[in-house]
Amino acid sequence: MEKPVAPAAREVAGDSYAGLNAGVWRLIGVLALIALAAALPFALSKYQVFELTMVMIYAIAVLGLNILTGYNGQISLGHGGFFAAGAYTAAILMHRYGVPYWATLPPAALICFVLGVLFGLPALRFEGPYLALVTLAMALAMPQLLKYFDTWTGGQQGINLVKPLPPPGLGLDHDRWLYFVVFVVLLLAIRVAANLLNGRTGRAFVAIRDHPIAATAMGIDTARYKTIAFGTSTLFTGVAGALSAIVIGFVAPESFSLFLSISFLVGSAVGGIATISGAIVGGFFIQFVPNLANDISDAAPWAIYGLAMLLFMYAMPRGVVGSLGPWLARWKRQA
Amino acid sequence: MGVMRTRKHAATGLAAAAGVILASGLAWAADQYGPGVTDSEIKLGNTMPYSGPASGLGTLGKAEAAFFAMINDQGGVNGRKINFITRDDGYSPPKTLEITRHLVEEEQVLLMFSALGTATNTAVQDYLNDSKVPQLFIATGAAKWDDPKHHPWTIAFTPNYHIESRIYGRYIGKSLPNAKIAVLYQNDDFGKDYLVGLREGLGDKAEKMIVATKSYETTDPTVDSQIVTLQGSGADVLLTAAVPKFAAQAIRKVYDIGWKPTHFLSYPSSSIGGVMKPAGLEKSVGIISATPFKDGTDPQWQDTAEFKDWAGWMQKYNSAANFGDPFYVDGYIRGQLMLTLIKTAGNDLTRENMMKLATSMRDVKLPMLLPGITASTGPDDYQPLKQMQLQRFDGNTWKLFGEVISGSGS
Repeated sequence: MEKPVAPAAREVAGDSYAGLNAGVWRLIGVLALIALAAALPFALSKYQVFELTMVMIYAIAVLGLNILTGYNGQISLGHGGFFAAGAYTAAILMHRYGVPYWATLPPAALICFVLGVLFGLPALRFEGPYLALVTLAMALAMPQLLKYFDTWTGGQQGINLVKPLPPPGLGLDHDRWLYFVVFVVLLLAIRVAANLLNGRTGRAFVAIRDHPIAATAMGIDTARYKTIAFGTSTLFTGVAGALSAIVIGFVAPESFSLFLSISFLVGSAVGGIATISGAIVGGFFIQFVPNLANDISDAAPWAIYGLAMLLFMYAMPRGVVGSLGPWLARWKRQA
Repeated sequence: MGVMRTRKHAATGLAAAAGVILASGLAWAADQYGPGVTDSEIKLGNTMPYSGPASGLGTLGKAEAAFFAMINDQGGVNGRKINFITRDDGYSPPKTLEITRHLVEEEQVLLMFSALGTATNTAVQDYLNDSKVPQLFIATGAAKWDDPKHHPWTIAFTPNYHIESRIYGRYIGKSLPNAKIAVLYQNDDFGKDYLVGLREGLGDKAEKMIVATKSYETTDPTVDSQIVTLQGSGADVLLTAAVPKFAAQAIRKVYDIGWKPTHFLSYPSSSIGGVMKPAGLEKSVGIISATPFKDGTDPQWQDTAEFKDWAGWMQKYNSAANFGDPFYVDGYIRGQLMLTLIKTAGNDLTRENMMKLATSMRDVKLPMLLPGITASTGPDDYQPLKQMQLQRFDGNTWKLFGEVISGSGS
C-alpha cells in the first residue's frame, strides 16, 4: 500500500531544499529579482536608468508579440504599427485633452485591443508568410497615415509632450520615477500574461499553433481564440507604445518605421519566442545590440548586428530562454 | 656673503611663489572649462541619419568629420584636438533622444553640433534646453527654430524655407512687378513655410499677384492635375515648393503641356543629379533657385585661395566624393564656423560662453559662402544666414545672377 506513495514523496523531497519546497523557493527568487530591479535605479546614472526604462518598454511590446507569434503561431511584421497607435493615443490624449499621463494607458490598451481584433478578423483567412505580409501592410501604412491625419497627429512635425512630473515628496527625479511607473506596468503585464497563458486560453492558443485541425476537433473555437490572441497581443504592444510616448516626450511618424516592427520580431526570436521571461531578454537585445554594434564598427554596424543575430540563432535556436530553460532543468536534475 | 645669498634666495623664492600664485589665479580666471573640455581635447556631439530612409543626408556628417580630421592633423585649436563624436540615429526621433542623452550625460560633450533632421531635433530640443546644452547650427530648414524666447539654447544655420521664399518674393516684386504667380506646395509645414514667405516677400501686392495655389500630399502619385489647374489660372510665374520627387514631376509636366512660366524651385530640390536629370535636363532649362554657397564645380571660383583650400581638403579627406555634392560645401562651412567660435572662445570654453558667442556673431565671413554673404546673430536673432543669391539652370549647371538678396524680416 505504501509503495505507490514513495515515488511521489521522493519527487517532492527532490524538489525541496532546507525544508522549503520548490514553489516557495521560486517565490523567494522572484521577490529577490523584484527587489533587485527596484534597488537598481539608485545604483545607476540617470542615463542608464533611462536605458533600462526603454528595455522594459520594449519587453512589454515583445511580450505582446510572443503571445501572438510564440504561443499562437501567427507571425506579425506589423507590431510597430500598433506600438505607434498606442503612442499616438497617449500623445493626443495628453496634448489635446490634458489627460494625465497615467490615465492614457487604459484608453491606449482598449484602442489597440479593438484595432487588433479588427485586424485579426481578416487575418483569420491567412496563415504563416501570408499573414506576415498582411501585417507588414500595417507597419508600412502607419507612418503615412499619421502624416495624412495631421489635424490629429501633428503630421510631419509630430507632437511634443510635457514631461510628466514625479509626485512631490518622494525625492525621485524624472528618470527614476518613470522607471518605476514602467516597472509596475511590466510586472502587471507579466502577471496578466502568465495567468492567460498558463490557463485554458493559453492551452487553446498552443493547441491551435501546434495542430489547428486537432484543436478544432477537440472543440476549440479556432477563430475566436485567434482573434483573442491578436487583440491581447496588440493590447500589450499598444500599452508599450503609450509608455514610450510618455518616456520619450515626443511622437513623430519617423519614430515608427518598419524597422521597429522587425526589431520586435528579432527581440522575440532572440529572447525565446514562446516564453514570458524571453521578452525581457528581447528588450535588452533591442535596446543594446544596435548600440554595441555601433561601438564595435562605425563603418558597418548593421553587419555586426546581423552577425550577432546569426550567432544567437545558431547557438540558441530557440532563443536565450527557450534554449537555456531545458538546459537549466537538466542541470538541476543532475545536481 | 652667505647671509646675502640666503636672503637673495629667499627673495627669489618669495617672488617665484608669488608668481605661481598670481599665474594660477590668472589661469583660474581665464581658463573656464565646461564639460567635455580638457587642455588637450574638446568633445562635440552629433547625430546623423547614416542609415534608414534619409541615409543620403548623412553625407553632411561625413563631411564634418573629415573637416575636423583636417583640423586635428594640423594640430587642433590651441593645442586641443576636436573630438567630433557623430552617431547614427537612423532618422528615428526616439533614437536621437537616446543617443543625445548618451552624448550629453555619459560622453559629457561640450555641446551638440549640426545634428540633422526636423523631427529628430524636435525630439531633443526640450531636453537640451532644460539641460542648458547648446544645440548649435542644426541642419534643418524649418522656420520654427528661430525662437530665442522659448528655446534659447537652439540655433539653426542655413536660411530657412521662410527666408528663402521671402527672397523669391522680393525678387519677383522688384523685377517682375506685373507677374501673375501660381504656387505648387507640399501640404505640410515645409510647403506652407514657402507660401507664407512668398506672401511676406511680396508685401501688399501679394493678394493681387498670387493668382492660384495648389497643394499636394506626399501620398499623391503625381502632381500632374495640380500643374494643369495652375496653368489654367493664366499665371506666368510658378513657385514649386516640393521635395525632389515631386519637383521633378512638376518640371516635366510644365514642359510637356507647353507652359512657359518663370519657374522658381525650392532649394532642397535644386540637386542636378536628383531632380534635373530625372526630370530631363532640356526640360529644366531656365529654372531658378537660390543658394548661399559656392558651387564646387563653378569655374569662376577655381583660382581663389579659399576654393583651393577646399579642393585640397576634398582631395585629401574625401577622395571618393563628387565636387558637385553641396553637402561637402555645407559641412565644410559649418566646420569653419565651429572652428571660428572655438578660436574666439580662447580658454573660456563653457556651454554658456559658446552659446553667447553663437548668438552674438557680427558679419562673420566664412570660406565657400558666396561673396557678400555673412553670418550674423543677436539675442533676438537666432538665424545666422539670411542672404542668398539667385541661380538659373542652363541645362548643364547652375549660373548665379543678380545681387545677393536678404530675406531677413525687417
